[in-house]
Amino acid sequence: MTSLGFEQVTVRYAGTPAVTDASFTVAEGEWVALVGPNGAGKSSLLRAATGLVPHEGAVRVGDRPAKALSWRERARCIALVPQQPELPAAMPVLDYVLLGRTAHIPYLGRESAADLHISESVLDRLGMGRFAARPLGTLSGGEIQRAVLARALAQQAPVLLLDEPTSALDLGRRVEALELVDEVRREHGLTVLSVLHDLTLAAQFAERLVLLVCGEVRAVGTPEAVLDPTVLAESFGAQVRVMAGADGRLVVVPYRRTTP
Amino acid sequence: MTASAPTGGGVRARRHQLRLPGTVAALVLVGAVVLASCIGPVSIGPDRVVGTVLAQLFGAHTSVPPVDQAIVWNLRLPRVVLAALVGAALSASGTAYQGVLRNSLADPYLLGVAAGAGLGATVAIVSGGSGSVLLPVAAFLGAVAAVVLTYLVASMGSDRASGYTVILAGVAVAAMLTAVQTFLQQQHSEEIRQIYNWLLGSFSVASWRDVGLALPYLVVSMLVLLAHRRVLDVLRVGAEEAGTLGLHPTRTRLLIVAAATLGTGAAVAVSGLIGFVGIIVPHAVRLLTSASYRVVMPVAMLGGAAFLVLADLVARTVTAPGEVPIGVVTALVGGPFFLAVLRSRRTRQGLL
Repeated sequence: MTSLGFEQVTVRYAGTPAVTDASFTVAEGEWVALVGPNGAGKSSLLRAATGLVPHEGAVRVGDRPAKALSWRERARCIALVPQQPELPAAMPVLDYVLLGRTAHIPYLGRESAADLHISESVLDRLGMGRFAARPLGTLSGGEIQRAVLARALAQQAPVLLLDEPTSALDLGRRVEALELVDEVRREHGLTVLSVLHDLTLAAQFAERLVLLVCGEVRAVGTPEAVLDPTVLAESFGAQVRVMAGADGRLVVVPYRRTTP
Repeated sequence: MTASAPTGGGVRARRHQLRLPGTVAALVLVGAVVLASCIGPVSIGPDRVVGTVLAQLFGAHTSVPPVDQAIVWNLRLPRVVLAALVGAALSASGTAYQGVLRNSLADPYLLGVAAGAGLGATVAIVSGGSGSVLLPVAAFLGAVAAVVLTYLVASMGSDRASGYTVILAGVAVAAMLTAVQTFLQQQHSEEIRQIYNWLLGSFSVASWRDVGLALPYLVVSMLVLLAHRRVLDVLRVGAEEAGTLGLHPTRTRLLIVAAATLGTGAAVAVSGLIGFVGIIVPHAVRLLTSASYRVVMPVAMLGGAAFLVLADLVARTVTAPGEVPIGVVTALVGGPFFLAVLRSRRTRQGLL
């Protein structure tokens, strides 16, 4: 198990900061959700952690700075479920999941029987075994989400980053996908950092929330501490009611500001 | 594990993907080589072709008349072998460019190779070096310089050149180099015919010396590209995702482009600009077999070699004793094929 720490992380695009001095830590085995309005810098933080954009400050994986890791080493520590994954339509699901083994296969080598076994096990675990030979282009949204998650799990990295993993899914598939993430997180003790737009789902699944507004960390803490109606109204520019659901967890409901 | 049976079936299918198309392509290549060695102004039987090859390579005793041996070994085989090597290299490079740039319209000449080689050859011809070893060297250097220029232009102002930026830069560089070439041709109108003939591509003067000249570069290029066939499959999800999966996104793509450019440059240097091979052969292989580069790369090499051997056979027999430029043959076959690919259902569905 490995923690993921952000220490005064700043990300700039052509000089303009997208994230400024962000500091927080995701503990080993913890699920933290990054929430905040569009353009707050949530994806930029994930991109910084995976080396896709340069950053100032330090992202630490365990006690090692992510900057010091090679692409290969980083892929063995951090797996990413992208917001809009590239899906080669003709690629069979099993081949796609095997891509997750890239960091474990010699550069010009080929997959071993172990790589194949791991990929098949992950597919079976996610209930996707019978789709192994199917081209990605023939899958439904929910099945694609499982295939992408399977690829990330095949990386066997202790840290799992999810960039808005449920945006393309219907209500039922959304909860299903997050429940699946939670199950595998507990099974393997994964450290999870996810960007989630749906604050209610974030409150249901994440142990702590990080509220990011205009590139700055506005609040860090339990859902109860972060989901304050006044703070949310100010951050999102929206009127919201925060209520306790039947199970005691918070429910965030936006409502219309003006009536015609 | 109860669900392992269906996945096991998928794996078995995966492992056998290459065997059938690979065997078929290899047999077609052998057939094309023998056929092209038999046919010519003097017909020579396949048994004599095989006898000649065995005698020359292994010193085996043969009853083939020396005249037939000379025709096969000194005239036809260098030409056939060079066509096969160039066809394989152009197909491998086209496959690689399509993979790295993630653009199914990419061909080996996309990044300015054709314009660079054309300019290099034009400079060599107008400065009087047409018959010497200078022409292929100048074409090769021009081709490589054009791709380097394209990459430099594309990465200006950013640390990572995207596929589209590279393609656009290639278009701009090619336009500039072609303009210079046109200017030079206009200034030296007496050499235009010679330049034009070279640009159309030909194997008519191929000798074992040409084969030896190009062989090291072509072999290195093809081996590097063949070794990267799994890496090319990883790049199908894009450079960024490939990075998060553990591949160095820029270095990996640069290495593949460099190998493809080396092969294309060497091919152009010994045969001129032969169009369409690098784009239609990979697509034909994809349509007939699989989209995986593990299948496409080796099968396209074999298929490209066979295609160019047969195209050259047509080029030198159809108007015998004259010759049609081989670029005309490949484009006449390639054009309609390309339209068929564009119209095919699989392309419309984005399965390429």
